Amino acid sequence: MSIKISFQNVSKTFIIAGQTSFNALQGLNLDIEDGEFITVVGPSGCGKSTAMNIAAGLTGPSSGQVLVDSVPVKGPGPERGVIFQQYALFPWLTVRENVEFGLKIARYPKADRSRIADRFVDLVGLSDFADSLPKTLSGGMKQRCAIARAYAVNPKILLMDEPFGALDALTRVQLQGQLLATWSKERRTVMFITHDVDEAVYLASRVVVMAARPGRLHRIIPVDLPYPRTEEMRLSPEFTALRNEVWRSVYHPAAA
Amino acid sequence: MTLSISTVEEKPERAPRRSLLSHPMGMLAINFAAVIFGVLVWATVTAQGIVGLPTPLAVAKQAVIQAKSGLLWTDALASLGRVFTGFAFGIAVAIPVGFLMGWYRIARGIIEPYVQFFRTIPPLAIIPLAIVTMGIDETPKIFVIFLASFLSSVVATYQGVVNVDKTLINAARVLGANDFTIFRRVIVPASLPYIMVGVRVGLGSSWATVVAAELIAAQSGLGFRMQQAQLYYDLPTIFVSLIAIGVLGLIMDRIVIAFDGVLTAWQEKL
Repeated sequence: MSIKISFQNVSKTFIIAGQTSFNALQGLNLDIEDGEFITVVGPSGCGKSTAMNIAAGLTGPSSGQVLVDSVPVKGPGPERGVIFQQYALFPWLTVRENVEFGLKIARYPKADRSRIADRFVDLVGLSDFADSLPKTLSGGMKQRCAIARAYAVNPKILLMDEPFGALDALTRVQLQGQLLATWSKERRTVMFITHDVDEAVYLASRVVVMAARPGRLHRIIPVDLPYPRTEEMRLSPEFTALRNEVWRSVYHPAAA
Repeated sequence: MTLSISTVEEKPERAPRRSLLSHPMGMLAINFAAVIFGVLVWATVTAQGIVGLPTPLAVAKQAVIQAKSGLLWTDALASLGRVFTGFAFGIAVAIPVGFLMGWYRIARGIIEPYVQFFRTIPPLAIIPLAIVTMGIDETPKIFVIFLASFLSSVVATYQGVVNVDKTLINAARVLGANDFTIFRRVIVPASLPYIMVGVRVGLGSSWATVVAAELIAAQSGLGFRMQQAQLYYDLPTIFVSLIAIGVLGLIMDRIVIAFDGVLTAWQEKL
């Protein structure tokens, strides 16, 4: 498989209050393969969101670079879809109009726009709410709409920043299953940030564990569980063993 | 068993009974009753000679006379015409300037000191200067109203732009939007609720300013009529003008609220 995203010695330093500098990310090297689903876990301040924002092009690195298809990232672009924890739906647009937003910018003809939007609204199971405003949706539905909006512009990569972080535990488990179902139908390279160890193991083929102060890569733990993942797998001894391993390396990095 | 079923079936019949206050028509009825009560109190204290003010009946008679002679309408139209001209100019300038201030830091740096300074001066205090420099016709009055509505709307628009959720801007950016698209499709709709607050405050202050401006220098308008009536100790006319000012102000405010309700129906209101 080819390398889709490559972090090459990426560092980010923030200047706080004009003087003290803070190493949000130090020398990150990470290759993500085409079509791979990786999750990134780590304590607050480990630079996981910073790494994602650099890959998204929303912020620049202080040194190093991120390559996507061997081309350095210079800014945001529709080939890298981003899903935010706060959903970031445009509240004045309906579900369908939100999904069409990126297509409108890419100047798709109206007929194509509504066909593509219908397909992805349907894919995330929101057909009955296509003409609803975001304020009428639950948190889980809002995030499904955001996923449809990201998918609609046909990105090669999905960057997800704790997308299920604001949801209750049950909704989160349901959305994890739906996300994997969507991903298996519409295969993309996914970089998924989370602080939930179960979520990290359940979704990923590799779990990237990061450590804080300074933010850096700690370990990469491969998840040798086959896709499609099932609810039974969550209860399997293999899952539990992986989960414990990730947990230990996140919360007790010294012991690992 | 049957007993428990019958109690369950009875419940929905009692459920629709709600208090008068929770029903919108009930609330309206209470509002209406409160106004009637107020007028009755006014009638009582004036009829008893407790205060030396005209009775509601005398005011109503005067209103009918003025309405029949057309004076009430020409006065109201003169005042409304001034408000709308000045207000329209004020909003038309305030919105682009507010966007400019919110979007470009350099524009904010240049314009903000002027806005903050002139905001502390009551628009009416500009009238002497306006009359001296612009003459005594409509221009100084419209200018003062322009200033009043501009100053209250420009800050609201600017606040709206500054307060746009950064995540929404990022969401548009990652979907391929350039600065112009972000402005048109994110900044403008997201700041609309703030702009509408500015419009509402601006219209209120325009209305307050026009009446006061007419008291000082005018040959027509509701404020001018009151000023004339004052010379002749004509209290009913003053009351008619005051009530007309209040009613028109209320109607204008309700129209803005209705517009706001339609334009920002997407907002999650608490």
